[in-house]
Amino acid sequence: MSLAKRIIPCLDCDNGRVVKGVKFVDIRDAGDPVEISKRYCDQGADEITFLDITASSQDRSTTIHTVEAIASQVFIPLTVGGGIRKLQDIRNMLNAGADKVGINTSAVLNPEFVREAAERFGSQCIVVAIDAKCVSKPGEPKRWEIFTHGGRNPTGLEAIAWAKKMVSYGAGEILLTSMDRDGTKSGFDLELNLAISSAVPVPVIASGGVGTLQDLVDGIQIGKADAVLAASIFHFGQFTIPQAKQYMREHGIEMR
Amino acid sequence: MTHVAVIDYGMGNLHSVAKALEFVGKRAGKSLKVSVTSDPLVLQEADRLVFPGVGAMRDCMAEIRHLCIDEILREQVRKKPVLAICVGMQALMQSSEENGGVDCIGLFAGKVLRFADDLVDAQGAALKVPHMGWNQVRQTQAHPMWQGIGDNGRFYFVHSYYVAPHSTIEVAGETDYPQPFCSALAHKNIFAVQFHPEKSQENGLQLLQNFLSWNGQAS
Repeated sequence: MSLAKRIIPCLDCDNGRVVKGVKFVDIRDAGDPVEISKRYCDQGADEITFLDITASSQDRSTTIHTVEAIASQVFIPLTVGGGIRKLQDIRNMLNAGADKVGINTSAVLNPEFVREAAERFGSQCIVVAIDAKCVSKPGEPKRWEIFTHGGRNPTGLEAIAWAKKMVSYGAGEILLTSMDRDGTKSGFDLELNLAISSAVPVPVIASGGVGTLQDLVDGIQIGKADAVLAASIFHFGQFTIPQAKQYMREHGIEMR
Repeated sequence: MTHVAVIDYGMGNLHSVAKALEFVGKRAGKSLKVSVTSDPLVLQEADRLVFPGVGAMRDCMAEIRHLCIDEILREQVRKKPVLAICVGMQALMQSSEENGGVDCIGLFAGKVLRFADDLVDAQGAALKVPHMGWNQVRQTQAHPMWQGIGDNGRFYFVHSYYVAPHSTIEVAGETDYPQPFCSALAHKNIFAVQFHPEKSQENGLQLLQNFLSWNGQAS
């Protein structure tokens, strides 16, 4: 009897539609977020993550309605990220039916926001989303830095130290996306994932780069992730959630 | 018609609980009204109460006291079934270690403790805190609230604190992380769970459906 590892399909949304790009450009339309969430839930997804990918650049007032619509039909945990800047944004999302909020840019701009949010709402609903990119040259020790605004802006922050700092401020979970791998289907950045997962006591969700079912297994067994997040392989019908769970189970991973 | 009031003290994930109740009510063909409220009159009027909770205990208890929810609960729990969820369950204990120590409502004897920082599983791998995800619930007593739910069924948990009741008689379910902790408590009209039934897909929906027809008795 033990805690299962989680599969989390991720819905990157832009103006109420699910989209998916390669390295955050070349965005393809993948459908209606409510319909897709419901399908994944019925298939046995362990959680849903809803990311408003342009939230830092544009007004996002429609998100609440989409979250409410998803939460009315989908009875598994829902994390909402994108444009979470104030305590009131968090309150609004929780009341709309989100269970956790993902904080990314706002954490970088104002780390105290994470502390305030965790004190007010509890660490368990505060996910700090980290977009990391490898900045070391070949042959040098690996070094990853944090990027914001969907990977557009470098911050100069070193990823491992940043993850530790965010946990000490109250983050209850880390959503770790490799900017180098995102949308490439070449697998998670396992070194990055292992480095962060070993450095923090809270769960880490591996994200960015899933192309095969073995990538999911590697994320957990080599990258020591507690959950794996994927978008493209599910959105475009390459694999179903039951196929992924079955494959992971066959490789000795405890699944629901 | 069944009237369920979800107690709103400004801290819960209320939309989810209310929507899940409406969903199962409809599915079971029940005539159901769900109110999300802190109004004492509505709470008195309702046939059954749901006491949810998300957040830090100090702030939760401050709101609970401010709105006199503690007084209302003490009175109402004698009259109607109450389902407490997550921090709602924790708030029913005498005190919590969270936020440097917080006095709670005290309907159950016992404390709320934090998971240790150095937990490891049977293979020696580090266990993360919060305890987050789908874990199994061992039904330690037969109870109408477990009807139609398999023993060791999985439910969704997300918490860093857990309840340690003084009396094991009141424990209705246990979960291992890695040591067994109390994941469900039952006493008279109260059924309290650490997991989130509203987020636990079929098992959770079944529990909520059971609550809608539960008469508040242990059998």
